[in-house]
Amino acid sequence: MTTVALLGLNSLSFAMLLFVLGAGLTITFGLMRILNMTHGSFFLLGAYFGLAAWKLTHNFWVALLAGALATAVAGMVLYRVFLRRFSQLEEMAQVLLTFGALLVIADGALITWGGNVETQPPASFLRGSVHLGALTYPKYRFFLIGAGLAIAVTLWLFVARTRLGAMVRAGVDDPEMAKGLGINMPLLFLAVFALGSLLAGLAGALGAPYLGIYPGLDFEALVLAFIVVIVGGVGSIEGAFVGALLVASVDTATKTYFPNLAWFSLYAPMAIILAFRPQGLLGRK
Amino acid sequence: MMRGRWSLLGILAALALALVAPGLLEPYFVGILTRVLIFAIFAMGLNLIMGYTGLPSLGQAAYLATGAYTVGILVKKVGIGFLPASVAGVGMAGLLAAAFGLIALRARGASFLMITLALTQAVWAIAFTWRSLTGGDDGFPSVGRPDLGFLPWSLTDTRVFYYFVLVFLVLAVAVFYTIVRSPYGLALQGTRDNELRMRSLGYNTWMLQYVAFIIAALFAGLAGVLYAFHVGAIAPGWAGVTPSAEALLMVIIGGPGTVVGPLVGAGMIISVSEVANIFTQRWMMVLGATYIVVILFAPDGIVGRLKRLMPRRQTA
Repeated sequence: MTTVALLGLNSLSFAMLLFVLGAGLTITFGLMRILNMTHGSFFLLGAYFGLAAWKLTHNFWVALLAGALATAVAGMVLYRVFLRRFSQLEEMAQVLLTFGALLVIADGALITWGGNVETQPPASFLRGSVHLGALTYPKYRFFLIGAGLAIAVTLWLFVARTRLGAMVRAGVDDPEMAKGLGINMPLLFLAVFALGSLLAGLAGALGAPYLGIYPGLDFEALVLAFIVVIVGGVGSIEGAFVGALLVASVDTATKTYFPNLAWFSLYAPMAIILAFRPQGLLGRK
Repeated sequence: MMRGRWSLLGILAALALALVAPGLLEPYFVGILTRVLIFAIFAMGLNLIMGYTGLPSLGQAAYLATGAYTVGILVKKVGIGFLPASVAGVGMAGLLAAAFGLIALRARGASFLMITLALTQAVWAIAFTWRSLTGGDDGFPSVGRPDLGFLPWSLTDTRVFYYFVLVFLVLAVAVFYTIVRSPYGLALQGTRDNELRMRSLGYNTWMLQYVAFIIAALFAGLAGVLYAFHVGAIAPGWAGVTPSAEALLMVIIGGPGTVVGPLVGAGMIISVSEVANIFTQRWMMVLGATYIVVILFAPDGIVGRLKRLMPRRQTA
């Protein structure tokens, strides 16, 4: 019983992190058709920015906020300076350009923060564990679950209920028509790219006390985000949520029961989903 | 016809240059040239699916590493000869592509790119974690080079090995040229330009693309086998994203959908990374900047070609 509960909690907390990361990618990719290879780099930057802010203020919330916002600014710079000049048809150009940016950011982070694993403690009231009967579980993981759910609800409300969200949906469905209705598409794109980067940075800052921060984390995060988006369906926030849950549970369960197959567990759900539903669980054709 | 004669002259001139180059250069540079030849084979495979078929893969490193590890493991751990081991290396790369292709070809465009990258990560994870077989991140040591048997040369000599690789490159170019000029190659290009029309003409476009995907992996597997001989040790990074992205950049700089493009691209990218390696510790930064500069300032011809690569979003 305890094992199952542990398994569930581990899956959930990992899933929430995956969701915040994947939601950012699915939004930018779904609306703008930009396959942003720096999405994982933004995850890493969010973690490092958060750590820097934590070292200055020793305040966990400031670290979260700083990680998210500074990364959003980095995303806006990348978009304004480089990506905006490519039309949506030039996907390959965007992939290679952002891959170049991935390498530059990775090396820049290595110069700035060094190659060691950095850790950042969570807020003091989130340290230690909770005891529930026979079960002992880290408080921070509970916090991750709560934070992920809160972000999911906020994002859903934003897309479904706000004017800006309606513009985003219009842009995804029919960019030409949206433009014709007077929606300022360049500005909308900039805002959406900033939102996508913000989510990646927030995921990084949230993940730092749980995963640690180290070179190579950027690429790991990128592949995870890809898998979540492929499984869930491109452009769908609900899809990212379901995809994150599925990927995290399969991965956690495999690592618990069949540790020898751990290398396979991230990719198996992707392969199976693609075989039966190439557009992803909640993606549209 | 004039054009044909000029390109024949160009090929002969390039071949003559490739033949005399080792005599004029220090062994160190001959080693770099050998790497250019190997990566030209690797990029050529990618060019077949990217330039001629419209499938931009970011996962070719999976087949490079499969070829390399297979030959290394078969020679050192199983103890069979270099020739059957090399054939098996190329074959394993093709088999892996036959499996991965079933998954990756469910998607097109950017999704295809994401899936090929994710699948490659699975290969990387095997190379990294299966320490008893691959040596993990310590690398797979001392693959060695084949013995040419009755021939009086030894492949341990840098120059001899260069010519050995050159033979394979010339063969690869010949095979590639034959493929893209064949009815099959033309059908591939037709599929790239208008899949729907090819399908209504009765072509099984999925099968055309699937076969191309496997052929591309055979090229990558051959490059992997040769690269294992060249370097002598194999590392999990060979299945990483860097070789895949380098091949992509080589094809794009050289001009996708051209026979000699990947050769030119391989020469350019490897020169840049070698020069960066000599002058700075920050080769990753230099390489990253190279990607950005190439994409930003590449002539319109190259970017214009890029547009044709991605399948247009279907309007129906």
